[in-house]
Amino acid sequence: MRSVRKFCQPLLVMSRGLFVAPIEFAAADVSPRQLYNAPINGGGGPGKIFMSEHHGYMKALKCRECGREYPLAANHVCEFDFGPLEVVYDYERIKKSLTKAAVQSRPQTMWRYRELLPVANDPTVGLQVGFTPLVKADRLARKLGLRELWIKNDTVNYPTLSFKDRVVSVALSRSKELGFDTVACASTGNLANSVSANAASAGLKSYVFIPHDLEQGKILNSLIYGAKVIGIKGHYDEVNRLCAEIAGKFAWAFVNVNMRPYYAEGSKSMAYEIAEQYGWRIPRHTVVPMASGSLLTKIQKGYQEFIKLGLVSETKYAVHGAQATGCSPISAAQKAGLDFFKPVKPNTIAKSLAIGTPADGFYALRVMRDTGAAAEDVTDDEIRDAIKLLAETEGIFAETAGGVTVGVARKLIASGKIPRDDSAVLCVTGNGLKTLDAVDGYLGKPREIKPSLREFEALLAQEEKANV
Amino acid sequence: MPKKVRIPTPLRKLTNNEELVEVNAATIGEAIAELQSRYPGIQERLVDEKGEVRRFVNVYVNEEDIRFLKNKQTPLKDGDEISIIPAIAGG
Repeated sequence: MRSVRKFCQPLLVMSRGLFVAPIEFAAADVSPRQLYNAPINGGGGPGKIFMSEHHGYMKALKCRECGREYPLAANHVCEFDFGPLEVVYDYERIKKSLTKAAVQSRPQTMWRYRELLPVANDPTVGLQVGFTPLVKADRLARKLGLRELWIKNDTVNYPTLSFKDRVVSVALSRSKELGFDTVACASTGNLANSVSANAASAGLKSYVFIPHDLEQGKILNSLIYGAKVIGIKGHYDEVNRLCAEIAGKFAWAFVNVNMRPYYAEGSKSMAYEIAEQYGWRIPRHTVVPMASGSLLTKIQKGYQEFIKLGLVSETKYAVHGAQATGCSPISAAQKAGLDFFKPVKPNTIAKSLAIGTPADGFYALRVMRDTGAAAEDVTDDEIRDAIKLLAETEGIFAETAGGVTVGVARKLIASGKIPRDDSAVLCVTGNGLKTLDAVDGYLGKPREIKPSLREFEALLAQEEKANV
Repeated sequence: MPKKVRIPTPLRKLTNNEELVEVNAATIGEAIAELQSRYPGIQERLVDEKGEVRRFVNVYVNEEDIRFLKNKQTPLKDGDEISIIPAIAGG
């Protein structure tokens, strides 16, 4: 408490309990971002670690580019080089608390790894999220010609059927800790759904900003929760740019703008669950879809943290990246051996991955290089084929991003980048019911008959004939 | 007629909290130099040691990313609006 006051005092208008109330700052005619942006120790260089019992296991926010540290506020960008800020933890303390036995004694949700998630107190939003099934996919493995294959099935994540519920439960829990009453996001759809639903259940107001031409399912799946849905006439990168400007003006918790350091950490829970469900081991290959590239970098971070904490043994593994050919700035760069990417204008049915200027692209490329991994991309037709293949072999209906992951895995196996006698986990991150438009017209139609046994038998006979 | 530059929150300390400033430069590179002459220190925030726009800084001319145009050589005409925005993630 004392250290919170120390950092906030010159800025404080009013404090509510432990946490600063950002809405009240707005009245002071200064945006909260400005207030929050002050680096620790006046920004003269990497400062002292910001520490307080009241921040749980978090120590500070730290710039990934220059290492300058900032208070644990609603702030995502280093004011010196615009580098992204990331949460720093007290791993020594975490190690004492987060043992295998402790984890296994807790409820089966993503919050069983609570020490590694950036909230100061117990979470308040999304307590049921995560611990989705890790499915052994033998039939798909045979089709793809791989010895062993697993699907991390986030198509059934709670409550909105995509991995975004992980990041949103963290972001909204932290937003409440920081005193916000309105949350917002820029989204390609799944994030909007999750913010809308989780905000509704938490009693928070929400604004979600989406490209206006999203799949109908994803639009309705936000509106139903009473969120204010704003369709922007442009592609996601333009939505993102607008939201960066809006976030500078309004005192809202933008989950993927000013709350991004907390939000992004939620993705690590997918890696923890994979490692635990795989028998406290890291799989040799993990295939991850890439939009901004954030999930891939957080899967890697999750594995690294488990190694650091001694929860799994160090082993050789690769985290491969999957994109749609119609929006493949990261995979194109990886395949060309570059450590930077060229932004693109997206044109793909995988709208949830359609980010042409991927903010974590540099770091995703680095992870793939460091783990000896590959990237690949697939066309719209290959995406549809892969969605169908996953459904027909494993009974899992994934959205387009899942088709991208399965399609890319198929290519990596065929090219030998995932050797046939190895084992792989595919991250399937969203539910096919949300992107019905993508497969509509490609699956044939039900055949209609009168309610007559004779007509049905005739239909079967016809079918047998056709199959001969 | 000058061109308008929209200054993002993290840089407004350098511009005396000005959100919108005007420049007369003919290219993005010149605009950055002009900003530097008026607001010393702003250039190193925007470009790296090699003189390239930093990788987490996005610059837009009339809402088009300069990486789709001619980067620092992107020409400016009267009335253009330039936005400087930190890269952000999403999904």
